[in-house]
Parts: sequence; structure tokens; C-alpha cells
Amino acid sequence: MGFSKSSFSEKTHKLDASSFAPLSARRLLVLGGIGLILVGMLFGDIFAVFVLHQNAARVGASLAAAAHAALAGDRSAVLASFQDVGSFLENRGTKVDTHVHMIDFGYLALMLAILQPWIAFEEKAKRDFAWLFLAGAALLPVGVFLIHYVGLAYSPLQTIGWASIFADLGGLLVILATLGFLLGLLNRFRSHAAAHVKDGLLSDRSAAGRLLLGGGMVLVLAGCLHGAYYAAVDLYRHEALDSSILTEMAKAAVANDAGTVDRSLGAYGQLQGDKAVKIAAHAHSIEFGLLAMMLAFFQPYVRLRETWKTRWAYVLILGSVLLPVCVLMELRYGLVAGGLADFGGLLVILALLAMWIGILRYTGQLDSQAGGVR
Amino acid sequence: MSGSRRLLIGGGIALALWGMAYGLWYAVFVEHQVLNGIGVSLAAAFDAAASRSPGDAETAFRNYEEAKYVYDRQVDVHGHWIGLAMLLIVVGIAFDRVRFAGRQKLVLASALLAGAAIFPLGVLLQTFDHGAIPRGIAILGSALVIAALLGITLGIAGREAPSE
Repeated sequence: MGFSKSSFSEKTHKLDASSFAPLSARRLLVLGGIGLILVGMLFGDIFAVFVLHQNAARVGASLAAAAHAALAGDRSAVLASFQDVGSFLENRGTKVDTHVHMIDFGYLALMLAILQPWIAFEEKAKRDFAWLFLAGAALLPVGVFLIHYVGLAYSPLQTIGWASIFADLGGLLVILATLGFLLGLLNRFRSHAAAHVKDGLLSDRSAAGRLLLGGGMVLVLAGCLHGAYYAAVDLYRHEALDSSILTEMAKAAVANDAGTVDRSLGAYGQLQGDKAVKIAAHAHSIEFGLLAMMLAFFQPYVRLRETWKTRWAYVLILGSVLLPVCVLMELRYGLVAGGLADFGGLLVILALLAMWIGILRYTGQLDSQAGGVR
Repeated sequence: MSGSRRLLIGGGIALALWGMAYGLWYAVFVEHQVLNGIGVSLAAAFDAAASRSPGDAETAFRNYEEAKYVYDRQVDVHGHWIGLAMLLIVVGIAFDRVRFAGRQKLVLASALLAGAAIFPLGVLLQTFDHGAIPRGIAILGSALVIAALLGITLGIAGREAPSE
């Protein structure tokens, strides 16, 4: 996976090495952004394997316990079961939020990195905004993750704990930094100097870049079409079923009909599974598409041979197709489809890691060249 | 930078900020209360069932249904505004690779921006009015997004001109 020195010098010359100088806003945002996405994806995989399914089983068991307590006329057991359901759902919700926000902030960081040449501020101001952004992007998911464990301990507020307060602070930092970058962009637009900005990064037309951009666009389009289909065919049906199954369960409990309660519990579990896989397929298809498109722009920074860059691009696209398709098949084919979906996620993580390492190699080469000049 | 590219990138950042500000406001002032409402009404429904009060159980389930309907849409709106904003920015950056005339590109960019703004707005309006108008706005927004994306995909896939 090497790279000849002459070809490297040629490419860095085209790219303008100063835009990717050590601790520059663009370098911080690219490395930090991909790092956030990688950590968010790894966290998502660990969460899916070790927490998600076990947690769903516990929620189902607690709901079943509540229904059977209602059947037995035991009000205190009903309330205790629902307290358990609330706790399990909070545990699940905060972990999903941690995963999603970390990845989304990584995406936003990559986009802001691409936009850096259009931000009309001094490099120092841009670097400060980049640090502010990364600090908030790290603080929010960590705060959200801790909500379930910290609770309301020592909180000055009645409903919001310290972990929530720090998570909201992280969100505020991200908004302030993004607002700062937007002001810089507006300055550039106002000065009518945007047309004169040249960025070698965007003129790249390598095979890997074209594959990632085209493949990403198709994935986004497929995800949007699937979302529209879900909204038209399943959304309102699922909502109506959610309520009618629960109502039927409660009515059966009032009528002391244990068989109907158990059937309703089974139907409710099936409904939740159907909803979850369809929403996950829609969301992952669009997110992976966006990721592929963004990574297309950074291919000139990936210091690997062209053949390897193309291979990793194929791996990323393959994983991005495999995961949502197999997630959709999970209800019908069970663990086989689930395992293939996890494998798809792993392919995306591996390709992303390879590209991140390629970019790190590029920064090392740039820095050693700059050191040589000094 | 062309007008269509400026529209997509500027519009995308503005929409991302709007979506994040909405999310922050929602998390601080609304979400905890709504989630509490969902939990309380569901527990009340089963409590009523345990007390053999079908009328109370039905009322509690109606409250649960309404609270969940509102919660799902409010969270969707936050996610879709920010997600679509990111799509606008990324497509805007790649817009010089769309091989259409400037005017056609401006139409595609305007349709994508309009769809990205009004699709989640239609979903949010459904929390105030369950009628056909908010649903129609959401459908129009999503149709605009899909049509514009289809056009842009075709434009990117188009054969490169010899001069390019």
C-alpha cells in the first residue's frame, strides 16, 4: 500500500499543503470527524451485540409482567413493571442517542472541513471554532451516555440531571461553533470573493472518489425512496396497531382472558421489531450514502495506492448496501440476516479505518516535509 | 461559486442550525415532559385494567396514543431537518459535477432546498392538526426532495463533456 515520493510531492503541490497544516482547522475537523464516526460506529456495534437485544427482551418481559399483573388485578405489580420498562427504555434511548449524535457530529465536522476555504476568518479563529466544535461534539454524547447512570443525583433541577445539563452544554458549543463558521461563510459570500476560492480537494476525479460519490448518491436516493414507501404504507398502520394491540391487551386483562393477553404481547413484540428494522434500514442507507459522498472529497488526502483506495471504496459501498438490506431481512431470516448486517457494518468500519490511516500517513508525510524545509 | 451551489450550501448550514436549535429547545423544554406523559398514560391504562375499569383504561390509552403520535413526529422533525441539511451541503459541494445547464441546476437546487425545509415542517404541523393539509405539505416536501435527488443523480452520472 505504498506511495512513491515523486507522485506524492506532485499531489501535495496540487493540494496546497498549507490548507492541511498541523493543527489547522481542516486537519482537526477531518481527523476528529472521522474519529467521531469510527467511535460512534464501534459503540453502535458493541451496543447492538451486547445491549440492544437483551434490553429489548427485558422491555418485553416487563411489559408481559405488567399485562399479567393487570390480569391478576395486582395494581402495585403493574406500576413496578412499568417503572422497569421506563428504566430499560431510558437505558436504550440514551445509548441510541450517544451512537447517533457522535456519528452525526462526525459528519458535520467533515462537512465543515470541506467548507474551510470558504470560511473568511483568520486561521487562528477557524482553529478555535474547530476546537470548540470538537469539544461540544465529544461532550454531548458522553453526557447523554451518562444520563442513565447519573440520574438526578445532586441536580439543582427537578427533572434534568447533571449529565443532561452537560449534554445540553455540549450541544450549545456545537451550535456556537457552527454559527461561527456560518458567519465566516456569509462574510465570504458578502465580499463576492467566493468565486475566487480554489480548492484542489474538490477537483479530484479519481476512480475511488467517483465510485464513492456516485454510490453514495444512489444509496441516499434508495434510502429516501424506502422512507417514502414506509411513510405511505406502514407508518400510519403501525401507529394504529401500536395503540389497538395495547388496548386489546388491557381489555383482555379486564375480561380475565389470559390467552388474548399472551397473543397481544406476541403481536406487540412483532410490531416493534417490524418498525425497528424498517426505520433502521431507511436511516442507515441514507447515512452511509452521505458518508460515502463526503469521503469522496477527501480521497486526495488518503495516502494509499490508487488500487487500494478503489478497493477500500468498494468495501465501503458493499458494507453500506449489505447492512440496510440484511437489516430489512432480519424478521424473516433471523440471526443469519442479523449476522450479515453486522458484517456489513464491520466492512464500513474497516474501510473507514483504512482511509483514516491513509490520511494520517499523509499528515505524517506533510509534517516531515515541512520539518525538512525548516 | 455558482448561485445554485451557494443556495445549497448556505441553505444547508442555515437549516442545520435551525434543526439543532429546535433540537436543543425541544430537549430542554419539551422532551422530558412528553416522555413522562407517555409513561404515565401507559401505566395508568394498565393500572385501570388491573382495577377492572375499562373506561379509564380506554381514556388512558387515547392519551398514550396522542402523546406518542406527537413525540414520534417531534423527534422525526429534528432528525430530518438536520439530516436533510447535511445532504444539502454535501450535494452543494459536489454540484459542479452535475452536468446540466446553470438554469436547470438552479431549479434542482431550489426544489431540494424547498423540499428539505417543508417536508419536516409538514410533519411538525401534523402535531397541531391531524388533517390532510399538514400531511399534504409533508408529501409535497418529500416528493420535491426525491425528484431533485433523482435529477442530481442523473446529472452526476451523465457523460463528461470533452471540454471538462
